[in-house]
Amino acid sequence: MTEDLLRLSAAAQAQRIDAGAVSGEEVFEFWRERAAEDGLGAYLWVADDNPGGSLPPVAVKDLFCVEGVPSSAGSRILEGYRPPYTATSVRNLIQGGAHVLGKTNQDEFAMGSSNENSGYGPVENPWDRALVPGGSSGGSAAAVAGGSAPWAIGTDTGGSIRQPAALCGIVGLKPTYGAVSRYGMIAFASSLDQCGPLTRDVTDAALMLRLLEGRDPCDSTCVGIEGDIALPSAERLDGLRFGVWGLDEEGLDAGVADTCRAAIARIEELGGGVQDVELPNAGHGLSAYYVIAPAEASANLARYDGVRYGLRSTDNGDLTSLYEQTRHDGFGDEVKRRIMIGTYALSSGYYDAYYGKAQKVRTRIVEDFRAAFEQVDFVVTPTSPTVAFKLGERTADPLAMYLSDYFTVPMSLAGIPAISIPAGLSEGLPVGLQIAGPAFSEAKVLDAAHALERAIGFEGVPRT
Amino acid sequence: MTITEAETRAYEPVIGIEIHVQLKTRTKMFCACALSFGEAPNTRTCPVCLGHPGTLPVTNAEAVHFALMIALAFDCEIAPRSIFHRKNYFYPDLPKGYQISQYDIPLATAGRLGDVRIHRVHLEEDAAKLVHAGASGRIHGAESSVVDFNRGGTPLVEIVTEPDLRNAADAAEFGRLLQATLRRMGVSDVNMEEGSLRMDANVSIRPVGETTFGTKTELKNMNSFRFLERGIDAEIERQKRTLADGGEVEQSTLHFDPSSGAITTLRSKEEAHDYRYFPEPDLVPIAPTEEMLDRAREALPELPAARAERLERDLDLPADTAKLLAFRADVGDFYESALSPDGGSPRNLANWTINELTARIGDADPATTKLEPKAFARLVTMVGEKQISAAAGREILDVLVSEGGDPAALVEEKGLGRAGEDELAAIVDRALADNPDAVEKIRAGKGQAVGAIVGAVMRDTKGRADGGQVQRMISERLGR
Repeated sequence: MTEDLLRLSAAAQAQRIDAGAVSGEEVFEFWRERAAEDGLGAYLWVADDNPGGSLPPVAVKDLFCVEGVPSSAGSRILEGYRPPYTATSVRNLIQGGAHVLGKTNQDEFAMGSSNENSGYGPVENPWDRALVPGGSSGGSAAAVAGGSAPWAIGTDTGGSIRQPAALCGIVGLKPTYGAVSRYGMIAFASSLDQCGPLTRDVTDAALMLRLLEGRDPCDSTCVGIEGDIALPSAERLDGLRFGVWGLDEEGLDAGVADTCRAAIARIEELGGGVQDVELPNAGHGLSAYYVIAPAEASANLARYDGVRYGLRSTDNGDLTSLYEQTRHDGFGDEVKRRIMIGTYALSSGYYDAYYGKAQKVRTRIVEDFRAAFEQVDFVVTPTSPTVAFKLGERTADPLAMYLSDYFTVPMSLAGIPAISIPAGLSEGLPVGLQIAGPAFSEAKVLDAAHALERAIGFEGVPRT
Repeated sequence: MTITEAETRAYEPVIGIEIHVQLKTRTKMFCACALSFGEAPNTRTCPVCLGHPGTLPVTNAEAVHFALMIALAFDCEIAPRSIFHRKNYFYPDLPKGYQISQYDIPLATAGRLGDVRIHRVHLEEDAAKLVHAGASGRIHGAESSVVDFNRGGTPLVEIVTEPDLRNAADAAEFGRLLQATLRRMGVSDVNMEEGSLRMDANVSIRPVGETTFGTKTELKNMNSFRFLERGIDAEIERQKRTLADGGEVEQSTLHFDPSSGAITTLRSKEEAHDYRYFPEPDLVPIAPTEEMLDRAREALPELPAARAERLERDLDLPADTAKLLAFRADVGDFYESALSPDGGSPRNLANWTINELTARIGDADPATTKLEPKAFARLVTMVGEKQISAAAGREILDVLVSEGGDPAALVEEKGLGRAGEDELAAIVDRALADNPDAVEKIRAGKGQAVGAIVGAVMRDTKGRADGGQVQRMISERLGR
């Protein structure tokens, strides 16, 4: 009976628990065994007790602090760190009946687009184990796509939920900045980080968002979403206007573009209006992002100094060498690169030229979206310029790796909600379509995504 | 090299003060930990003030309230939206690797306290406390260092003055006014030795008549007003000597050692940090509403400067006396509660308060002694009306402070009432008989010899006699 669980969405499993067809403990046990046998490198820790729950358990990205549970943000500098408290988002899930199934692998401190920057080894894509799952929430995406988790949470700073969801053929939602608490999320870039669901389908994403969102007195930037998040029910898109952006961008893989065009054609079939939309400054998003995010990260990661927790490298006992040696040993190359970029961008004499300028670009992008949403209800783009790429293919070329987030970064900078849903396959691999809406329009985005998801009829089953 | 008078006069010191005030809020600046008052190390901590991964700061509303009170007390312009910045540097007393402070948009600007303009008032968090084992007492060369995070995250208000002060004594005087003002508001313990009030001085000198500023140095953390004054004086002298020797004052951060009087360099300009300030993304701006401002305004008591002015004006007290009463709010409160329309001269009462009462209670709040304000007023009135001598009044006050009671009853009990005309007649007669030499001199016109007779009468009556009355009786008896 529990074998069926693998085929069911989280919402359907919850209904079975509710109906008494299966117990919460049985469901938890089923997934715990799956997680423990995961062969993709998706998990860094799997629960050893069974709290059951009224909802299926959730795989949690390693950077969420869970009391007493190893929480390292994929970094060696936090190896063995067990937080004394639990993140608000995780507490909300637990209170809602979804307990922690395990901690999933990720790029170190969420810095990466392939999960290859993890301090604990890469994650393999369940569609083809020679390929990356995307990142930074690569473990969460691979676990859901590969059938070792019913659903998962991740974090998205510039695309870290949406891009791995796209590359693994699942749904990933980045909520509006301020919808979900960041308290207990090990910070990468504070003005961009946002927690969200990685799920089998849009309904699961809505169900999970309902649990996650809400004002939090521990996070002054978190206001929650007004009103209830209804489970999506739309089957048509009549009267809704979709603005398409980015399909002619240089560097966009032709197969990805074709798959997206086919999905966009479905929008029209469902009664939606499709038009091109201009986002004149969105193309500068990556440049601004790679100043703002590292600048914030350079401060956020200063606390890993070997004094209070995590790794402490001892050398000759001198304070400076304690700092230098600990950070030298504990951080990976990409993290060091971004700390240096960020430190430079904030330095006296360079601040205006880099950080100041990047903030101006960010403001322009916010204005671009505001203008766009006067014409259309949603902006639609490819999620990733390519399908999943080979492990090792881009590790030597950080700029090529950064381009993975070309289409997702503008929404992060604007703080608006965006969902990636599977649009189909290209070269046998999943392609993600991104749908973005105005701030706090999650319910509408989810409804539209639900209608389109039904029309596309993607079979979310990888080859493995 | 000695400094000539001319050289001393040739330069004008320019001094600005930077003050850090620990606020007496219930909890820390950005977390729910209670403030620490000498608890065991690291017992007032939580994941937030220890800088654990994933934690976020939340601004303490009471700290904002206190800071607004301070800004209003100084008549500052309050920013409609002030923001926090991160000030980045590595040190073990700074758990996040940055201090949350305010930078280019502080809570308040452009105020005034006394004759000194206030440049800015802003909120920030205090660092933790480092203790270094080993001889050096500093982190370099220490055998080991330990951190107590109890203090980390305590709310601080930083107050920066304009460079309006021109000598060390005025700087110390300003410090006292500031301390009295903040103490009156109840927003801080303002204790310099315990570090809840910390003062740095920016010092430069320039030729008299010059309008541009010389290069300034920053004297760090002097823990009493006396040291502040001595430190500034020492630094002014050092700068004068440097210039007289043909040298240049270099921008630096300095330490004044009060025991040796020596000034040492903590940091030169080259070693100055690049703090890489940027807006704190974890916090929203402070946007004071009308309600918040009203609440802060209503919470402001009468401040010492205004009180001194009122006491001087309404009660005709000398300026110094009024100021002493105003600067010690508890003593001033006691004084004012002892005042009554039929209670005799406010001036007498003030003198007894600042001379006799404070000598007996030290720094204690008079309200915490056994002395009742009304009893104190009656005692001073009895002295003023010469019902008892001043000496007797002091003796009674000793008892009132330690045991309480009614002054009239005590006078009766101790027999300290004035000697009457009848009682005195016999004593004066005896004194005249016992001092024939003095009597002779008085008769010969040497008026000052009367003192010997008065003295004898005073000894005999244990001070209960009124000197004027005794003199009159002597004159009557000797026919002069």
